[in-house]
Amino acid sequence: MILTPWDVRKIMGETSRNLEHLIDREYKAGFVTDVEQEIFPPGLSEDIVRQISAKKGEPEFMLEWRLQAYRHWLTMSEPRWAHVNYSPVDYQSISYFSQPKQDKDRPKSLDEVDPRLIETYEKLGIPLREQEMLAGVAVDAVFDSVSIATTYRGKLAELGIIFCSFSEAVREHPELVRKYLGTVVPPGDNFFASLNSAVFSDGSFVYVPPGVRCPMELSTYFRINAANTGQFERTLIIADEGAYVSYLEGCTAPMRDENQLHAAVVELVALDNAQIKYSTVQNWYPGDENGRGGIYNFVTKRGLCRGINSHISWTQVETGSAITWKYPSVVLQGDNAVGEFYSVALVNNYQQADTGTKMSHVGRNTRSTIISKGVSAGHGQNTYRGLVKVLAGAEGARNYTECDSLLFGDRCGAHTFPYIEVKNRAAQVEHEATTSRISDDQLFYCMQRGLSREDAISMIVNGFCKQVFKKLPMEFAVEAQKLLGISLEGAVG
Amino acid sequence: MATSPVTPVEEYQSLLGVLPGQDLAWLRDLRDGALRRFSDRGYPTPRDEAWKYTNIAPLLKQSFIPSFSVEQPHKVLPTDIATSLFADADMPLAVFVDGAFNSALSNLSALPPGVELRSLREVLDHDGASLESLLVGMTPQEPHGFIELNTAFMFDGACVRIAPDTVAERPLHLLYVSSGAGQPVASYLRNLMIAGRGSRAAVIEHYVSLGDAAALCNVATHCMIEPGAALEHYKLNEEGAGAHHFAGLYVEQARDSRYVSHNVAVGGRMIRNDLRCVLAGEGAECVLNGLYLGRGREHIDNQTSVEHRVPHCSSREWYKGVLDGRARGVFSGHVMVRQDAQKTDAQQMNNNLLLSDEAEVDTRPQLEIYADDVKCSHGSTVGQLNPDVLFYLRARGIDEIQARRLLVTAFAQDVVGRMAIAPVREWAERLITARLAR
Amino acid sequence: MSITAAKALRIRNLHASVGDKRILNGIDLEIRPGEVHAIMGPNGSGKSTLAQILAGRDLYGITADEFSYGGKDLLAMKPEERAREGIFLAFQYPVEIPGVSTVTLLKESLNAIRRHRGEAELDAMDFLTIVKRKLALVEMREEFLYRSVNESFSGGEKKRNEILQMAVLEPRLAILDETDSGLDIDALKLLADGVAKLRGPDRSFIVITHYQRLLEYIVPDHVHILAAGQIVKSGGRELALEIEHQGYAWLEREPGSAGRPLAAS
Repeated sequence: MILTPWDVRKIMGETSRNLEHLIDREYKAGFVTDVEQEIFPPGLSEDIVRQISAKKGEPEFMLEWRLQAYRHWLTMSEPRWAHVNYSPVDYQSISYFSQPKQDKDRPKSLDEVDPRLIETYEKLGIPLREQEMLAGVAVDAVFDSVSIATTYRGKLAELGIIFCSFSEAVREHPELVRKYLGTVVPPGDNFFASLNSAVFSDGSFVYVPPGVRCPMELSTYFRINAANTGQFERTLIIADEGAYVSYLEGCTAPMRDENQLHAAVVELVALDNAQIKYSTVQNWYPGDENGRGGIYNFVTKRGLCRGINSHISWTQVETGSAITWKYPSVVLQGDNAVGEFYSVALVNNYQQADTGTKMSHVGRNTRSTIISKGVSAGHGQNTYRGLVKVLAGAEGARNYTECDSLLFGDRCGAHTFPYIEVKNRAAQVEHEATTSRISDDQLFYCMQRGLSREDAISMIVNGFCKQVFKKLPMEFAVEAQKLLGISLEGAVG
Repeated sequence: MATSPVTPVEEYQSLLGVLPGQDLAWLRDLRDGALRRFSDRGYPTPRDEAWKYTNIAPLLKQSFIPSFSVEQPHKVLPTDIATSLFADADMPLAVFVDGAFNSALSNLSALPPGVELRSLREVLDHDGASLESLLVGMTPQEPHGFIELNTAFMFDGACVRIAPDTVAERPLHLLYVSSGAGQPVASYLRNLMIAGRGSRAAVIEHYVSLGDAAALCNVATHCMIEPGAALEHYKLNEEGAGAHHFAGLYVEQARDSRYVSHNVAVGGRMIRNDLRCVLAGEGAECVLNGLYLGRGREHIDNQTSVEHRVPHCSSREWYKGVLDGRARGVFSGHVMVRQDAQKTDAQQMNNNLLLSDEAEVDTRPQLEIYADDVKCSHGSTVGQLNPDVLFYLRARGIDEIQARRLLVTAFAQDVVGRMAIAPVREWAERLITARLAR
Repeated sequence: MSITAAKALRIRNLHASVGDKRILNGIDLEIRPGEVHAIMGPNGSGKSTLAQILAGRDLYGITADEFSYGGKDLLAMKPEERAREGIFLAFQYPVEIPGVSTVTLLKESLNAIRRHRGEAELDAMDFLTIVKRKLALVEMREEFLYRSVNESFSGGEKKRNEILQMAVLEPRLAILDETDSGLDIDALKLLADGVAKLRGPDRSFIVITHYQRLLEYIVPDHVHILAAGQIVKSGGRELALEIEHQGYAWLEREPGSAGRPLAAS
């Protein structure tokens, strides 16, 4: 009998139980790194916006863009339609810029990076140094507001791929930034996007030139470290004609009693025949079991399938944050464009998530798929909110949506609020949703086969989320399954 | 209402003396309160989530006078309504013309024993106290402007009581006729239906117009389904091209009761139904069955909500829409499962067919669930007639119109098939066919 | 007593009920290592309830003078503890578990049992080698391993999956709850082969069936007739044949049987 590597991968990839991780009930990423920080005083004004821009040595157009966004933001009010409750954010009590103190503007290589930061990322399981040596993933690490290190740049540069911090892109590639920034998420798009446009401090920038297939996963790890700071990163990814790129994003934050704001913007642009895969494993600090502390994760993510046959997929595993408000969306402008959204959102304790997607079908024969898996436990409230919009010109558009919710316990909630707007008769839209809990029959069956109740639940939940995990790159999929186990701790039994 | 000559508030004050129930202080308070809230908040706008897809601004530019202020009401003859009757001559019939009960056109002689049907106006004038708790208690949560106006101006309607353990063999036919004569009028109807403990009955609310003149019908219907009772409730809209219809339907179900709603909208410029069903007693069951066929510039908006408050209830909702011409169909189906409502079994499905390039559908199925031991699902589809099937039929020699008619009839078949009363089923089938003949 | 040693099942005066409804009314049964017992009886006689109770289903109110396996009180053991001690139930109606493949379930299950026995867990390679061998035994295609447990399986496929799991987990006491229903003759032989391969001095079986057909392939040492929650008759192989010829109607006339009339099968 011959065992193929495929067999092994199949089994390994599915192994869900991991005792070490299940026993470990703590939020592992909750430590604080002791590095000297340069922090702006709390508060927001035109002056602060100017200071941020000056600090980054930005060209004039960038400052103007920020100021316009800021002035627009002043006229807006915080959205209240999401199915979440939280006390109002005092935008004047937040510091809008924080960076580890360094002699130079930016380290040229990892050797110049503060060893304590490298250590931080190693604690998080992101060994930058090793990453640089091993074939695999290129990493950009953002610590509080600034990008700390980007690995693998040399190899990528040979292919003409630009992967750098956003600040660097503004300085080194202003023409690209100017051409694409705000074309997908305009500065006035929504309250949080406007705020981000005014004060964003850093983030990642990717440009893949025509016909180039990026040979490795590009990855950014975001980390909020300092207290009373907000994190406002901005990511812009452009796949030029025929290009392909897969991008991973991971996030963690220390445990703090107060809530911290994270208002990021991600813009993706796919030109003709280009493809972008964007995967997120979001594990911001969710707050404690009484709902104290945790990150407010108010994020705007949108992709523009600008060219024909372009393809954008969002895959997210959301287990962290006290409140999540995010709708990674795709505007399907080019004919035959494809948009995908695969999501697992898990809430436990007092977490609240209002997440979903918007698929706007503009071009002909555009297709979208939405698979959303919500798991609610404790007092958690989980909402899927989605919009599928088929415009009159989107002849032959297709959408398939599936939203499933799993509930644990009688104090949590699972809500499904899809909006479907169709203005073209040759479109076909299908939406299905179910809500249930793990059946006693399923549990008994697994226990009869010798599994403990906890392992049975963990296995069934992973099975429930499998359609989404399958879409994640291998390393992330394993990570995501472990996270799910940890996040469900205490909710079952 | 900027261009309207008088505001509703002024209208109300000038017409106070005409409204029924003059002696009832509680009714005066109810009307005053509703009007006060209306003057604070006004009509709904597309900024209100529940009115996102239904814009009434153009309607507000037209002026309608309250039907009860018309000095010489139009006389409607039996021949005028002959085509609106079902093929069952013995069906008890109550006719309302432009919002007022018309005893001459009605035929209540065949009313089954145990079934009482009176005009609301008459009850309010002579026996009003009996309605106090019902009318005061039926104010819905978050009422919108039309409901407030209905409470302020309610003039007439059907008051139906089914005595406990009555099994009514024949359905009641409530026919609401818009005469379309003279100035455009607004009718304010309020219906009450009480299905007594253990009773079984069927009621047909049927709205028709004599022509295509502009008219506004504002109706609210309240159904109380007592323990073990079963009510089958039809609401049929086949009004003219000038009809604007705003309806609120509020149902409260006690333990082990069964409520079946058949909501068919096949005619009218704008139809808006707000249907709210509360499952308040264990073992209650509701079925919401709906069909909307829009053509021309018709706008049909069904906002439904089912609230599971207690354990062991089931709800089924099936709504289907067929939109042609420049018609727009809107569906919202909200299922709420409260924390105590364990063992809830809720299913909902909305399917839509778009027959033309300019037709539009906006659909919002929604689940809001706070209990874990539940089985809930919803689904929604939008599509066109399958071109392959259409071609197949034509290749067999069936012309295109006939082929489309066949397929649309097939699409609507399950909704029609759920209606228990044969004459209504036949009516629906006839209308579907007629609507597709072009 | 060592964990792997042969164990006996002892049941004395077992009663079970759901709410007010009494389902088992004083069962006495002893199964020694190496024995195969068949339990037959009409629908509703309590056969499946007995199987579920043996596996630890908690839907029932249970009392018994003795209910033990290998000297341990079963009522004090959770379902997974019983499974790890070697009790295997082939379900009459196997559940579907979306997203969880059979191979995943089996690996988790086998390793849980091995850990309990103090044996090393199998790595993916060794595990797959074993499973593939057993797969050939039950003539299932390999793709079944990677499909979600029982999801969109036919009735026959679900039963084969149960047989496969039994073959992989190698239980000490296997309870086959109407595993033969819905199986064609070929599958029935596979089931019998599977049981024959496992049969040995330290393993025992409870074969629950409505028909004696299965017993032509799995020859039992003892046959019990269950009616209205009681064992009304016990005997050897020949008792099954008697049922074959006479159906269950004769039970009504048998002195000492539970008084309730029973529908003929």
